[in-house]
Amino acid sequence: MAIISTAGLARTFRSKAGPVEAVRGIDLTVRAGEILGFLGPNGAGKTTTLRMLTTLLPPTGGAATVAGHDLLRDPAGVRRACGYVAQSGGVDPNISVREELVTQGRLYRLTKPQAALRARELTNDLGLHGLLDRKTSTLSGGQRRRLDIAMGLMHRPEVLFLDEPTTGLDPGSRADLWDLVRRIRADHGTTVFLTTHYLDEADALADRLVIVDKGVIVADGTPADLKSRYAGGPDAPLQDAFLAITGRSAAPQDSAPVAV
Amino acid sequence: MTIAPLLSDTALIFGRYARQTLRSKFQILFGVLMPLLYLLFFGPLLTGMPLGSRGSSWQVLVPGLLLQLALFGASFAGFAVIIESNWGVVERMRVTPVSRLALLLGRVLRDSALFVFQAVLLVLAALVMGLRAPLAGILIGFAFVALLTLSLASLSYALAMKVRTPQGFGPAINAMAMPSMLLSGLMLPMTLAPGWLNVLSHFMPFRYLVDAVRSAYLGSYATTTMLYGGLVAAGFAVFAVTVGTRVFRTAGA
Ligand SMILES: Nc1ncnc2c1ncn2[C@@H]1O[C@H](COP(=O)(O)OP(=O)(O)OP(=O)(O)O)[C@@H](O)[C@H]1O
Ligand SMILES: [Mg+2]
Repeated sequence: MAIISTAGLARTFRSKAGPVEAVRGIDLTVRAGEILGFLGPNGAGKTTTLRMLTTLLPPTGGAATVAGHDLLRDPAGVRRACGYVAQSGGVDPNISVREELVTQGRLYRLTKPQAALRARELTNDLGLHGLLDRKTSTLSGGQRRRLDIAMGLMHRPEVLFLDEPTTGLDPGSRADLWDLVRRIRADHGTTVFLTTHYLDEADALADRLVIVDKGVIVADGTPADLKSRYAGGPDAPLQDAFLAITGRSAAPQDSAPVAV
Repeated sequence: MTIAPLLSDTALIFGRYARQTLRSKFQILFGVLMPLLYLLFFGPLLTGMPLGSRGSSWQVLVPGLLLQLALFGASFAGFAVIIESNWGVVERMRVTPVSRLALLLGRVLRDSALFVFQAVLLVLAALVMGLRAPLAGILIGFAFVALLTLSLASLSYALAMKVRTPQGFGPAINAMAMPSMLLSGLMLPMTLAPGWLNVLSHFMPFRYLVDAVRSAYLGSYATTTMLYGGLVAAGFAVFAVTVGTRVFRTAGA
């Protein structure tokens, strides 16, 4: 059963230098309970796609349904079903970890006791115990990233969008987060839609990879699939397949925006 | 959407920003500084002057200072949204099912509470300086402060969501606040003005609010001045909250 389906989803930004076609028509279906890796070079349109699917950004073309709710007709339904961890986070540095988590839970209509309980659960799961009463500005980069992730999980979303969740995490925390994502899926059947620039992470965590470049999907398949098709065999490095597909390096680097 | 989630969402957002304000004594008190200086160093100049009004000069000046406090305080409220936008907090909240109207109302109600509190401090200082006015009139003055801050803060948040940089926002607000202050006769009543200026000032909505509060401070409540002031303030509030909610609902790129 498809929990996300998009048809011709597109977004063109108007800028002083002219229109920027960030996303140029994405057709995609995601099965319930799938962990989908959404890969692509810098500027490929990954974040823009996520912002459209989470109702933050109105599409300039196409349509989508998320968890049975139409993106345009029922944005409130989409919001209730989704969790979103933005690429650059979203907490107030002057507020305590506990207050941010509890308020976040209550924005999703949990009661105060439910939210407080959930905040304790998640801080334990994400190795943030003992930090509940610290201001978020005093957290290390990796601790902040884990707080961002906890914020997205407060209401046990049906669909979880993670935009580069592990950027800035140490290897141990990264492995812990992979375990957490797998556990959430196993226990609650949560669908996870994540972007990453770490190909080992995509390989280890995702059931299926969708690779975008310049605003369109250029490849779609299981990691083994893509390696066989583009890099000569299921045991080839994913990096080779990625480079063959996009024709450039996956490592963070500047790429020209798609201006027309 | 039904009314219950709107109320609880508004209370939640109000609580968040009220706690933020309470953490900063500076924010609580800073807004009264400018009107207080006017009260101390400008007010005494007026005591012997013919202002073309019944009552004392304080009954003319204090209503103006109250609205000046609201005008300058609330117009700049949007700066907070620009900062929070850069932290990603605004998007993070907009992705939740929280009511868009509550995102705005929670904030502007906090602003109203803050500026009414500052208005109370200002009136207490004015009483020490020599203001005498009926209690009902003083309370009506606070109601106008509440309504005006609600409106201006809504528009300020809306503008901040559109402009998104302090460099664009600050000058835009200054460009609007200064003429508003001068043309509404906040410092001295416009009845003293030459004909053309008096006529021009009737196109400035705040003028009706100032005149209404001055009338209230004199104890005249059942007047057309009060009626016009009340209508303009209420109409402006409806307009501003509508604009603000629309921007909070659709703000994207
Ligand atoms: N608000 C905006 N106005 C104009 N152009 C934008 C805007 N947001 C994004 N873009 C452009 O759209 C393109 C896609 O951006 P997007 O953030 O979706 O890329 P991404 O795939 O997430 O990249 P990264 O891996 O670097 O995070 C880029 O060229 C970017 O410059
Ligand atoms: Mg991105």
